[in-house]
Amino acid sequence: MASIPMHQGLLLAGILFALGLVGLLVRRNVVFTLMSLEIMLNAAGLAFVVAGARWGQADGQIVFMFILTMAAAEVSVGLALALRIYHRFKSLDADAVSEMKG
Amino acid sequence: MEIVFYIAAIVAVASTIMAISRLNPVHALLYLILSLLSVAIIFYVLGAPFVAALEVIIYAGAIMVLFVFVVMMLNLGQRAVDMERQWQRGSMWIGPSILALVLIAEVAYLVAGPGTASYGGAAIEPKQIGIALFGPYLIGVELASMLLLAALVGAYHLGRRTPEKTEK
Repeated sequence: MASIPMHQGLLLAGILFALGLVGLLVRRNVVFTLMSLEIMLNAAGLAFVVAGARWGQADGQIVFMFILTMAAAEVSVGLALALRIYHRFKSLDADAVSEMKG
Repeated sequence: MEIVFYIAAIVAVASTIMAISRLNPVHALLYLILSLLSVAIIFYVLGAPFVAALEVIIYAGAIMVLFVFVVMMLNLGQRAVDMERQWQRGSMWIGPSILALVLIAEVAYLVAGPGTASYGGAAIEPKQIGIALFGPYLIGVELASMLLLAALVGAYHLGRRTPEKTEK
């Protein structure tokens, strides 16, 4: 297969993770927040696959499949919550839900 | 093969930047699907064809279709774009971008140190993955199935329509 230096793959995973983090910090829409979480999870999976390809073992890909499962579970519950928030507050603003004044 | 990796990496970073900065949710979703597909190409180049197929089928297929359905159900239109434009000011991007750049610089410094290695091995076949998945990682598979069941029950409970009188 291709002879790509390992640090370039890890650097790409880091860049994608940081982009997801910026999106998570900046956006206020609940749907965009969930999308940024997906970007971050995907970047973490990419780092695992890069490491698995480096050592020629299947473990990295198996961890990616667990991350995939977790992302699917998280996004289904998160989107159901987003629908509830929209029906109740008529807005997708994450700040609209801050009713619990603690 | 190397040039495919670099082109796919550039496409992935550019489409992710577009995905987190668009105002219209549907445009952002399409850019995010593009980003996931380019990551799938990277997986294929790295010798992980099975995971590349999973990325296309489950991430770009199933999970993004969920997002598209929810955006369609919410029926967001021009009003949502106007609201996003009101929320997004240019100055909001400065702080998080600087912090993320610092993190990226640290990661680049750490991974580009001495003793970097290249990939030389062959592709990892799906058979190897299956043997490892149902051998040493069997407990993980069971836990993943329980997690999916919990997510199914949770999503059903949250998505259920409750009568108005039990609301509040």
